[in-house]
Amino acid sequence: MSSPSGSGASRDGYGNALLRLASNPDVVVLEADLGKSTKSCHFRSQYPERTFSLGIAEQNMMLVAAGLASSGKIPFASTFAIFTERAFEQVRNGIARPGLNAHICGSHGGIHTGSDGSSAQTIEDLAIYRTLPNMTVIHPADDISAEELTMQLVNLNGPSYMRTIRNKVTRTYDENSINDLEIGKGHIVLEGKDVAIISCGVMVSKSIEAAKILEKEGIFATVIDMHTIKPLDTELIDIVSNNCNCIVAVEDHSIIGGLGGAVCEHNSRTNLVPIEMIGVKDRFGESGSSEELFKIMNMTEHDIVTAAKLAIARK
Amino acid sequence: MSMNLEKEELIKMAKRCRINIIKMVHKAQSGHPGGSLSAIDIIVGLYGSKLRIDPENSNWEDRDRFIMSKGHASPAIYSILHEIGYIEESDFMSFRTLGSICQGHVDMKWTNGVDFSAGSLGMGLSFGLGCSFAAKLDNSDRNIWVMVGDGETQEGQVWEAIMAADFHNSGNLKMIIDRNGIQNDDFVSKQMEIGDITSKLVSFGWEVKEINGHDMDEIMDSLNWAELNNGRPKAIVANTIKGKGVSFMENNPAFHGMAPNDDELVIALEELS
Repeated sequence: MSSPSGSGASRDGYGNALLRLASNPDVVVLEADLGKSTKSCHFRSQYPERTFSLGIAEQNMMLVAAGLASSGKIPFASTFAIFTERAFEQVRNGIARPGLNAHICGSHGGIHTGSDGSSAQTIEDLAIYRTLPNMTVIHPADDISAEELTMQLVNLNGPSYMRTIRNKVTRTYDENSINDLEIGKGHIVLEGKDVAIISCGVMVSKSIEAAKILEKEGIFATVIDMHTIKPLDTELIDIVSNNCNCIVAVEDHSIIGGLGGAVCEHNSRTNLVPIEMIGVKDRFGESGSSEELFKIMNMTEHDIVTAAKLAIARK
Repeated sequence: MSMNLEKEELIKMAKRCRINIIKMVHKAQSGHPGGSLSAIDIIVGLYGSKLRIDPENSNWEDRDRFIMSKGHASPAIYSILHEIGYIEESDFMSFRTLGSICQGHVDMKWTNGVDFSAGSLGMGLSFGLGCSFAAKLDNSDRNIWVMVGDGETQEGQVWEAIMAADFHNSGNLKMIIDRNGIQNDDFVSKQMEIGDITSKLVSFGWEVKEINGHDMDEIMDSLNWAELNNGRPKAIVANTIKGKGVSFMENNPAFHGMAPNDDELVIALEELS
């Protein structure tokens, strides 16, 4: 058994998975001038006849994906997360409503994308896509889990949105631990009795860091990679709510409507335990490095530690 | 396999469809008669003589596709699907009511023989382009026909798809523009005139034919012309009259989305019979 090592960007996992999925002749790739960024470019270079360049025209791309899916193909359409939102109504009416087997990947999501600035720093995608019936919404923690979860998408037989990340983060997974990954099931990374940290995307590795700091102070945290925001693994949330009696939800996303919002919606009906939220607090980002931005937005591992203590104190 | 009907039969079929359009919209007391009546002659021409479908199996994978992008003209589609035998009269007479397979806007999830879930303008040509890519990948000679409203071409996405179809040499993609000159609020010329649509399409690399969309000879000729795949996407600009066949609906913006009342129903059915 090896343990996770090194770092990786989830967009690379997506790109690797597309290559592996190419053995399925129904898999096709759609691009909107950002294949080099989303990493669908690897598929393009090997399977140009199954890659369709649609120019900088995301609305058209979403319905082209729908048309392909209606004809039995399995399209993967990718662009920046923020530009998928430009075609939100197309996704809603053209893909989600008929429940087509089409998969959207939005890369460069969250403030983690950094120096490009606020126009690219998507902080609302998870919230808006999870409001759509039929949609599966996924935000993997690293490249290895992104690759595995993308591989599983072809079996969904329904639409999905996956947010990937531009920059590398410390890996959470290795070739062994991905065997436990399943769309719709949260992954328990660490187990502790004092507080449950429920996280997704790049914040999973930060949550693990926070748990290590807490452990030194005698506080034991459960850390969950809730890579699937929808359908939410409410069974697991119920278990950790009962075991830990308080929660910290952690995401590189607005605290309005994302993973934290989804956890609160569920727990307001079931387990009334204290919940603290780490995320972007109703503001836009700005240019800077990922770490600088996390600092000014109170989203570092130290902020997670503070939130965990607060949640414990509120029990 | 197509129905291969002769001109006289097509004209009779269009007449029956017009009557059913009026009946279902009157029964529902909502819906869009104007754009259904403008489009129905072309739709009948297409389904009755050209479209390769299987009346016994609406889901035949290698069928030609018909994408009704102007999905509010659903009564026209329900009337032709009834002619083919995909739906019953009781189905279209429950149009727009709870649980009806005839939803307000055409929906592939609800109705046998509907290839696209429409209702939001500007999306159908893109969907058709996706279907055309799939046909190419399958090495199939099936054709993809898309009907778009003239007001609908104000949507930017339509032009994204027009540009992409040219770039991808989508010769199996055929667009029919129902040029009835009226949109929801008023005449297209007053809302935002779309101008010389034929020249615009030609400048985007499409081959275009302009016809009288109520003349069955011209409809048949243009469908024969469009059917051939020479590697270029083709468009038929069909000049039509909104509300065609019912005097008080003709060229009247009020009947874009208004049902006839009981008195108007009597007059309309008299005129159509």
